[in-house]
Amino acid sequence: MSNVAQFRADAEALAAPLPALMAQAEHLAASVLPGAHGRRRAGLGDEFWQYRQAGPSDAGARIDWRRSGRSDVHFIRETEWQAAQAVTLWIDTSQAMGFSGHKTRVSKGARARVLGLALAVLLLKGGERVGLMPDQPARAGRAQLDTLAYALSAPAASGDYGAPPETLLPPHSQAVFLSDFFGPSEVLRDTVGRAADRGVRGTLVHVLDPAEEEFPYQGRSIFESMAGALRHETLRANDLQARYRDRLAARKDMLTALARATGWQVLQHHTDQPPAQALMSLWQLLDAGRGR
Amino acid sequence: MFTLGPLGFATPALLIALVALPLLWWLLRAVPPAPVIRRFPGVALLIGLKDETTQTDKTPLWLLILRALAVAALIFGFSGPVLNPQPARDGSGPLLIVLDASWASARDWPARMARVDELLAEAQRSDRPVAIVSLTDLPAGETSFRSADFWVERRAGLDPAPWAPAADDVADWAALLPDEVESYWLSDGLDHPHRADLTEALEARGPLTVFETTRPVTALAPPGLRDGVIHLPVHRVPGQPAQDIEIAAHGRDPTGVERILAQGTLAMEAGETVAELNLTLQPELRNRITRFQITGERSAGAVSLTDDALQRRKVGLLTGREGREALDLLSPFFYLRQALEPVAELVESPSVDDLLLTAPDVLILVDIAQLGELESAQIQDFVNDGGLLLRFAGPRLAASDVARAEEDPLMPVRLRIGGRTVGGAMSWGEPRRLAEFDDDTPFAGLRIPADVTIDAQVLAQPDPALSERTIASLIDGTPLVTRRFSGDGQVVLVHTTANAEWSSLPISGLFVEMLERLAVSTRPAALAEGALASSQWQPQRALDGFGEVIDVSDRPTLPGARLADGQFGPDLPPGVYSSAIGSVALNIGADDMTLTPASWPASVTIEGDTIAEERDLRALFLSLGLGALMLDILAALWVSGRLRNATAALGVLALMGMIAPAEADTPPQDELARQATSEMVLGHVLSGDSRVDDTARAGLAGLGRTLYLRTSIEPGDPIGVDLERDELTFFPFLYWPVTEDSPIPSDAAYEKLNRYLRGGGMIMFDTRDAELAGLTRTTPEARRLQAIARPLDLPPLEPVPEDHVLTRTFYLIQEFPGRHTGQDVWVEAAPPDAEQAEGMPFRNLNDGVTPVIIGGHDWAAAWAMDETGRPLVRLGMGASGEQQREIAYRFGINLITHVLTGNYKSDQVHVPALLDRLGQ
Repeated sequence: MSNVAQFRADAEALAAPLPALMAQAEHLAASVLPGAHGRRRAGLGDEFWQYRQAGPSDAGARIDWRRSGRSDVHFIRETEWQAAQAVTLWIDTSQAMGFSGHKTRVSKGARARVLGLALAVLLLKGGERVGLMPDQPARAGRAQLDTLAYALSAPAASGDYGAPPETLLPPHSQAVFLSDFFGPSEVLRDTVGRAADRGVRGTLVHVLDPAEEEFPYQGRSIFESMAGALRHETLRANDLQARYRDRLAARKDMLTALARATGWQVLQHHTDQPPAQALMSLWQLLDAGRGR
Repeated sequence: MFTLGPLGFATPALLIALVALPLLWWLLRAVPPAPVIRRFPGVALLIGLKDETTQTDKTPLWLLILRALAVAALIFGFSGPVLNPQPARDGSGPLLIVLDASWASARDWPARMARVDELLAEAQRSDRPVAIVSLTDLPAGETSFRSADFWVERRAGLDPAPWAPAADDVADWAALLPDEVESYWLSDGLDHPHRADLTEALEARGPLTVFETTRPVTALAPPGLRDGVIHLPVHRVPGQPAQDIEIAAHGRDPTGVERILAQGTLAMEAGETVAELNLTLQPELRNRITRFQITGERSAGAVSLTDDALQRRKVGLLTGREGREALDLLSPFFYLRQALEPVAELVESPSVDDLLLTAPDVLILVDIAQLGELESAQIQDFVNDGGLLLRFAGPRLAASDVARAEEDPLMPVRLRIGGRTVGGAMSWGEPRRLAEFDDDTPFAGLRIPADVTIDAQVLAQPDPALSERTIASLIDGTPLVTRRFSGDGQVVLVHTTANAEWSSLPISGLFVEMLERLAVSTRPAALAEGALASSQWQPQRALDGFGEVIDVSDRPTLPGARLADGQFGPDLPPGVYSSAIGSVALNIGADDMTLTPASWPASVTIEGDTIAEERDLRALFLSLGLGALMLDILAALWVSGRLRNATAALGVLALMGMIAPAEADTPPQDELARQATSEMVLGHVLSGDSRVDDTARAGLAGLGRTLYLRTSIEPGDPIGVDLERDELTFFPFLYWPVTEDSPIPSDAAYEKLNRYLRGGGMIMFDTRDAELAGLTRTTPEARRLQAIARPLDLPPLEPVPEDHVLTRTFYLIQEFPGRHTGQDVWVEAAPPDAEQAEGMPFRNLNDGVTPVIIGGHDWAAAWAMDETGRPLVRLGMGASGEQQREIAYRFGINLITHVLTGNYKSDQVHVPALLDRLGQ
């Protein structure tokens, strides 16, 4: 997926048929499309929030004379505090993400990139600012999509497993990490912990190939990591299945525990599932976290 | 060639590779089966996991052994192993090949000949002069040594003789041998008298190698008949394991076909040399037996021809006027019954008619003077047809006028009035004793007991012919037994009584022996030597070395002395010889024979026939090796856990199974018989051309349908008949389409066809070429038909005459169209003396259903219908074609009616009705 245009077309193609995300019919449109997120309190914004009686400290210019004219007291028209949200994506580009357990399935990396970019499309349409770790700061606007797509189509990193970079996330922004999280768990824990300290909420999207979930291997095998750095040889792969699954479950537990500790969310996604489903879940998770 | 016990190797150098096996062992142990390398990100989670079962990164031992064996088998296979390799005979001097060529070597003659071939090939290579000598057929004079090429051509002419070598001749021949000669002796394995001397003589001249086969010599002694049970002693060389020997009795069945009439199995114990098979057979069956043979043995010794000794004669005893008031001991029948009952089949009746109906071989009249005219004529016919009429004299005969004035046809001589009494109370003379039997009489050689005396007799009228008709006489020269040949049979008169009234002959053993000599009773055992020597013997059937029976009735007769001598030779092969006193079978097997295996001095090299079976084991080892490698594929998959499912295993197994040949299925003869006999079925002979066969089938089906609709004949589905395989007797009618390349039936098929034709079957030959036959004189099909029909037993033919019964069995028709019209149809010619009955348009042709109909009209095509009854082949143009088809069907109906009813419609009874319908 080296061709930028092609990649972007794919992402748009994925985003396009998702009315839920593009518009979520009219229901989502109301909140998503304006982009600005009402903070449910008075502040800077365009949306009317409430009229309140003017106090002595209020500037005279703020009095809404049309409302005040209908009663004896002076009213001040307050607008809701609106702030565009910054969402920072981290999409794992390590070699491990290039794995596909079956020739009919896309690789994890491809799926993660498409999901991430589709989310970016939705967010940008909604006026949010979207950034990409490590070096694309969150910006709004259609042009940002091209930038993101360009950054995502860069060749894969040389490392076997990816870990989120130690970039500082904007405080009180949101983060979405798409990875298989096979990398060192300490780095992930640090990053998420530090982010949570800065009030960043986020979602860990755990992208796995079904083969990684099920471990359908038998017989004498040598397992090699995608970059070839790690090797493991076994005579009876089928014997390892149960223990591998245990370890995978432990890894998932670690993610869940991390999420619980930091208030983040975990979303499991397998590459054999339709991406739209994951996108929907992801969007809802973001949506849920938006109000607070 | 490098040999290792019985194994030899063509390229032993390859065996060095076996040294590499331990290396292979080590390598295989060290190198586990190659793993599959998988890229798998989850490996991060696997790091540190250990395999629970430490089963192995080494090859399991059994797999190792399997592989080592596979490789070893391959190495063996490629090194060209040969079981029992032939050592090369590399001499240079003359090579003498001596064959016993006796009956005992016939049992494995091909093995011997194969050995001779190998010897000749070796001699050819080393260019040695060779002589091949059969000890049973010694060359006259010195043995000539020729090049091997000379013998290769003559090798095929070597055959075993049905006798053993004569020791004297062998000694004479051996004395003439050159001084320096290497000998190779193919011994028959028996210790013949010449063996020791010849061994010595050959060893003195050079190295001697003896070839012996392991197959035991078995011989069948002549059958003995005791108490109605046939005893067949089988002799064998000593030291053999237990064995079941099957013996078959061959003979002609009532239709004259040679077949196996009875069979028995004899279980011989281990080490047993003689055992006896007892067969109980009906007399009719027993009398038909011509020889016994050990099944599976091709040797003259394994065949025992039968002669009169096995035959039980049927004797008719006319008991007509027996007064029952007489005491048994006075009755002449008592003595005859005593003498005959154990050895012959006795039929008694007071009626000549009844007796002759039982077809006896001998008819005995005891003291009967006059017979009715009719009875007399019947008995004369019986005698002229080869029967033996044996008459005994007695008071009634003596008192009668029979054969007084002129010769009676049922008496051998004329008799004088009254007879005479030569001993007893009222006479002066002494009872007379019997004179020695002459050599040319049937009684020659019988010993005459001193106490046999004759008191009274009837006397023969002196006559010029009397002396030659006398076959036994008293010491005073008066005839006691006279005989006259009449037609094919003979009339014998014993001039005294069959009871002890006139003589003591009936109470002596001589009486029984004389009856036996007269071929009245069955000979209990071998002929006495005197009898054998006394007459000339005509060879009838003889055995060759392989035990095949050959007809030798064209050979000159042999003096009895030669037979009595018993030494078989070219002039006296074992066989059946006949003379006036009966037939005698000379067999190789004898009751008192012992088969002694040959023993050789230690200096003689002995080769067994296992050597002759040089077996190339390459294929065996290579396929074993490959099979083991196949297994290894499965095993390796299984060990590495990659044998996913059974299909792969089954696939490999199926691949291996494909090597096994498919079993032939059994012939469906019974099914055919069931189909063909459950209904009336028309048959067609398969021509080999599927189009023709389909048409024939459809044609017969169409004809059958038409028959079903119009007549009471309801045939089933037609059946295609393979002449070689199928039985024909089920089919009343065979349609035989002849094509240009119809196969010519085999001899067996011709025999079947001829039997079928004689048994009333009908074949319709159709050359299907009438349109061409009209233009040219002959067609390829017609020539083929001639070739096919030549060996058939066909009567003279003629074109169907106007009044043939075929023209009116059902419809009145005058032409017989099929797809073609015109041209003649041929049937059996009417007898030349058939006459036209007065006032009738038909000749009187009552007999002879034609066995064949020959034509070329392609009838089947005209008859052919599909399942719905629509014609398959277009005939002619429009309505005229349909008319032609209708006539064709009518002909078919006439034909099948003719087949099934014969000449019923030809019966003159129907003529008035036919005339009426013809409007005449």
